[in-house]
Amino acid sequence: MNWSDFFAMKGYALYVWGSYGVVLLVLIVEISLVRHKRKITLQQLRLIRDAENLESI
Amino acid sequence: MAINWFKYSAPSSFYGLAGKMIPWFAWPAAVLFCMGMYIGFFVAPTDAVQSEAYRIIFVHVPASILSMFIYLVMAGYAALGLIFNTRLSSMMATALAPTGALFAVISLWTGALWGKPMWGAWWVWDARLTSELILLFLYLGFIALQSSIEDPRRADRAGALLAIVGSVNVPIIYFSVQWWNTLHQGSTVKLSGTSMHIAMQQAMFSMLAAMWLYAIAISLSRVRSIILERERNTHWVAELAEVKQ
Repeated sequence: MNWSDFFAMKGYALYVWGSYGVVLLVLIVEISLVRHKRKITLQQLRLIRDAENLESI
Repeated sequence: MAINWFKYSAPSSFYGLAGKMIPWFAWPAAVLFCMGMYIGFFVAPTDAVQSEAYRIIFVHVPASILSMFIYLVMAGYAALGLIFNTRLSSMMATALAPTGALFAVISLWTGALWGKPMWGAWWVWDARLTSELILLFLYLGFIALQSSIEDPRRADRAGALLAIVGSVNVPIIYFSVQWWNTLHQGSTVKLSGTSMHIAMQQAMFSMLAAMWLYAIAISLSRVRSIILERERNTHWVAELAEVKQ
């Protein structure tokens, strides 16, 4: 089996790779969003803490 | 050994536990995903009727199963939160919704890309497809409703009602291919067994296990941020190493 036959998927390349491509894209986007959310949440917690420390001085 | 399970229903202890559990789900998910892809593309034979297009099944079926299953788990957690007023259950429901919605999107998207070459149409208003679309709208409705209510406890209760009422849709999706005369084919995998080729089964079940473990890992990561956000005024959050630095 050669690679160009493999990628051609007997004429169904658009449908097969269109499906798997979107699955990968969705997984990557979701993982980055969850990581970003954690970063932002931790940053906010530190900002709130620093603001409260300033007030108490 | 007696384990105090209720200990972990407190957000403060669950936060740490979830953090420890994530890699145990994430790594097996990644390995099973690669295994499923390998078997699905290099071991499983070409289908006699659908040629190579059938390979969409390895993502379409697991994603569809999970979109329904996650909905039931989400509704279950939401109901627990509503009945017993447990905060963590409601947070879990909130954390599961985006993942369930994304699986519903994958299900519909791969379904459209499979429908076009096999049925000649990207979309038909068939019972199976329409009820799955309603499932996506239920997820989006749940997310929108919760984010539109400022008080998190009220948002939990309103979301829980929507989730519980909407769970009627799940059996409708599942049995739609039997109840109505639909274009969508019947279940390939039944409790009584399957007619699938063994390599095709292996690929599909690896992908199902991979997506299942992935869903657990990603929801646990998401719930950790939700816990921090909702418990931000507590002492234990302020004392966390990742917050203190």
